[in-house]
Amino acid sequence: MVTPTFRFDPVEMPPEALETRKEVRAFIKEHEHLMGFSRGEFNRDFSRAMGKKGWIGMTWPKQYGGHERTSFERYVVIEEMLVAGAPLSAHYTGDRQSGPNMLRFGTEEQKNYFLPRIAAGEMAFCIGMSEPNSGSDLAGTRTRAQKVDGGYKINGTKLWTSNAHRADYAILFCKMAGDGKEEPDRHAGATQFLLDLKSPGIDIRPVINLLGEHHFNEIFLTDVFVPDNRLLGAEGNGWNQLTSELSFERSAPDRFLVLFQMLQQMIRMAGPEPDKATAAALGKLISQLATLRSMSVSIAGMLQEGINPNNESAVVKDLGTRYEQDIPVVARQLFPAEPELEAIDLYSSMIARSTMNAPRFSIQGGTREILRGIIARGLGLR
Amino acid sequence: MAIRDETRMLLESMGRLFEDHCTKQVADAAETGVFAQGLWDAVAETGVPLAALPESAGGADAEWSDLYAALRVAARFSAPIPLAETMLAGWAASSSGLETSDGPMTVGPVRLSDALTLRRDGNGWRLSGTASRLPYASFATRTVLIADGPDGEMVAAFDGTGGSDLAKGKNIANESRDTLQFNDVRLSSDQVAPVAGGVSRAALYRRGALARATMMSGALEKAMDLAVTYAQERVQFGRPISKFQAVQQNLAVLAGQTAAAVAAANLGIEALEKTSPEREEFLIAVAKTRVGEAATLACEIAHQVHGAIGFTKEYSLQLSTRRLWSWREEFGADPEWAARVGAYACRRGADNLWPMLTDG
Ligand SMILES: Cc1cc2nc3c(=O)[nH]c(=O)nc-3n(C[C@H](O)[C@H](O)[C@H](O)COP(=O)(O)OP(=O)(O)OC[C@H]3O[C@@H](n4cnc5c(N)ncnc54)[C@H](O)[C@@H]3O)c2cc1C
Repeated sequence: MVTPTFRFDPVEMPPEALETRKEVRAFIKEHEHLMGFSRGEFNRDFSRAMGKKGWIGMTWPKQYGGHERTSFERYVVIEEMLVAGAPLSAHYTGDRQSGPNMLRFGTEEQKNYFLPRIAAGEMAFCIGMSEPNSGSDLAGTRTRAQKVDGGYKINGTKLWTSNAHRADYAILFCKMAGDGKEEPDRHAGATQFLLDLKSPGIDIRPVINLLGEHHFNEIFLTDVFVPDNRLLGAEGNGWNQLTSELSFERSAPDRFLVLFQMLQQMIRMAGPEPDKATAAALGKLISQLATLRSMSVSIAGMLQEGINPNNESAVVKDLGTRYEQDIPVVARQLFPAEPELEAIDLYSSMIARSTMNAPRFSIQGGTREILRGIIARGLGLR
Repeated sequence: MAIRDETRMLLESMGRLFEDHCTKQVADAAETGVFAQGLWDAVAETGVPLAALPESAGGADAEWSDLYAALRVAARFSAPIPLAETMLAGWAASSSGLETSDGPMTVGPVRLSDALTLRRDGNGWRLSGTASRLPYASFATRTVLIADGPDGEMVAAFDGTGGSDLAKGKNIANESRDTLQFNDVRLSSDQVAPVAGGVSRAALYRRGALARATMMSGALEKAMDLAVTYAQERVQFGRPISKFQAVQQNLAVLAGQTAAAVAAANLGIEALEKTSPEREEFLIAVAKTRVGEAATLACEIAHQVHGAIGFTKEYSLQLSTRRLWSWREEFGADPEWAARVGAYACRRGADNLWPMLTDG
């Protein structure tokens, strides 16, 4: 065959991962009152408790507060937490992408300062990529950093920044201020900074989402000073670093486990002896889920071997969002209910939440079209 | 990774063998009702068809996972031979202490609705009932069937089609699917034995479904390969159609479905003989369900990308897609298997869903 195929080799979880799973399940039981259906709560106490367990920064070197565990053990912790609906938001971004990106591109001082704090569940990160005029086309960023004495002065606007109002730092993507002439290379001057969200000149304003929740924000940056030692990587290397960060973001199993409890609820409602059509509809979803999970475990295997799973992650995310968007569609066919967000009846609120959240699945972290573009590039078509 | 070196070597050599012996001419010729004897002989020479048997029975104690992987390779080349059937016939016969054959074999029943019964007759047996749509029965040197005996399931193995009435049939890939009617056909005592070694009608059906799922994943790889290659060669509006974003997005979906099909088939393969029969059935059901879904979507896209040329007999895409449309209905269509997945999950209850997915 000539066409490159994506590789999802079957992998078996090593025994230590099975041990970890037991521990995580016990921990979840202990914290049952904090678990719930797909809310992505931000709970620093919970993150600290996870940090104590050694479940943040699990694969990082011990010298930076990590635990040098395998990618499989990390995978198990994350999938168990996602399925339980644990409040992960206060550490998840740092664990998943900001930390790994620093590990790869950061200075010794940055690694020593930030990584142990993230791993302890004490420091929350958010993602400063999107802007009003730069969404899918991140190279079109208009945020500019200008070199000044001892650091940089940054001006611009970030948008859709999840949890910025609760986080401590952002990894900010922008460009170095040029001489005003058009750069021939769209990626020229791209640079990332570790931005302290308490710096003077930062104004974080809520953007209320369609569920009526305050989840994301708009960040206005006016002459914000960032010291030299908070430049991440190198000036001008930002595009390369951003690509790496996005690849970390997409390799996680959070694109198909968010609605797990709703699938469970549907099984509960179907009862032990459903009719054939109901069983088939549920069976199709379960088969998709089982397949996605095995593909995702195989990505953990690639990470463990140091192979970049960029294309494979895009495939799993694309298939995963499709599956999650199918869940409310199948649900309303099998068990019609008028959606109500705060309904006493758990299922009606699940229908409400999943229906309203569905559109975001194929937008955040790279839209469906952008992911398919990545896959097409992996196939050698562009 | 779980893919062993021996497996890789086996697959590479199978790939070369099919490259040489399973050309489009061979596949076309087989559709006219002539058995692809040359291809069969080349494959039989490798020992793969009976490799699962113990060495004492002329096999190689091979891993089923390797043999299923070989089926995937054969299907990439649309090999018009009963390789899966011969593997399964060998397994069913040999596990029960019955003789096998070096030639192509068929195995059944392949349909849940078929009924076959064995009754005692002196020293021997009498077989009655119907085995519908047995793959390649017209060309089989031996037929292996599981039937209901007086004390439970039994295996019957006999040369050719053993005095049954044969009605020829075929699937839409023109692979022969023949129906055998047995009217009190006499079999000797050494042609019949109680099932043993994990063989049962249900186990055969499972393994057959998994064989089809695996073969479909191979046919999907081929269809995707053809579509991606063709898109890069076909020029319209002054550039290769692969440069159009609409085409790229379709091909990305095709690639995703193909990857999912391979992963789903592997789930079933990895479960084989490694877990309880119940769990094995669950994961095989997942495989047939997910691969069937992928096939439906992927055939549509592979054809769309090809335009009219893909709709011709001349061009080889149809060798894969006609097989996919056939195989997705064989050994149980995906909706049937999906209902089993759902029933299994519901029986075990919502709280067991997650452990069911994660705990071996
Ligand atoms: C709930 C939520 C949370 C988010 N959290 C964060 C966050 O924490 N930090 C952050 O930086 N961002 C965040 N985002 C933003 C997200 O990354 C962007 O929304 C996304 O990248 C798309 O950008 P956009 O919304 O500007 O849409 P656009 O880029 O304007 O796209 C609009 C439509 O056009 C399509 N399109 C665009 N370009 C192409 C092309 N080349 N080919 C084909 N189609 C194209 C898109 O696929 C889409 O369908 C979040 C978004 C959501 C919904």
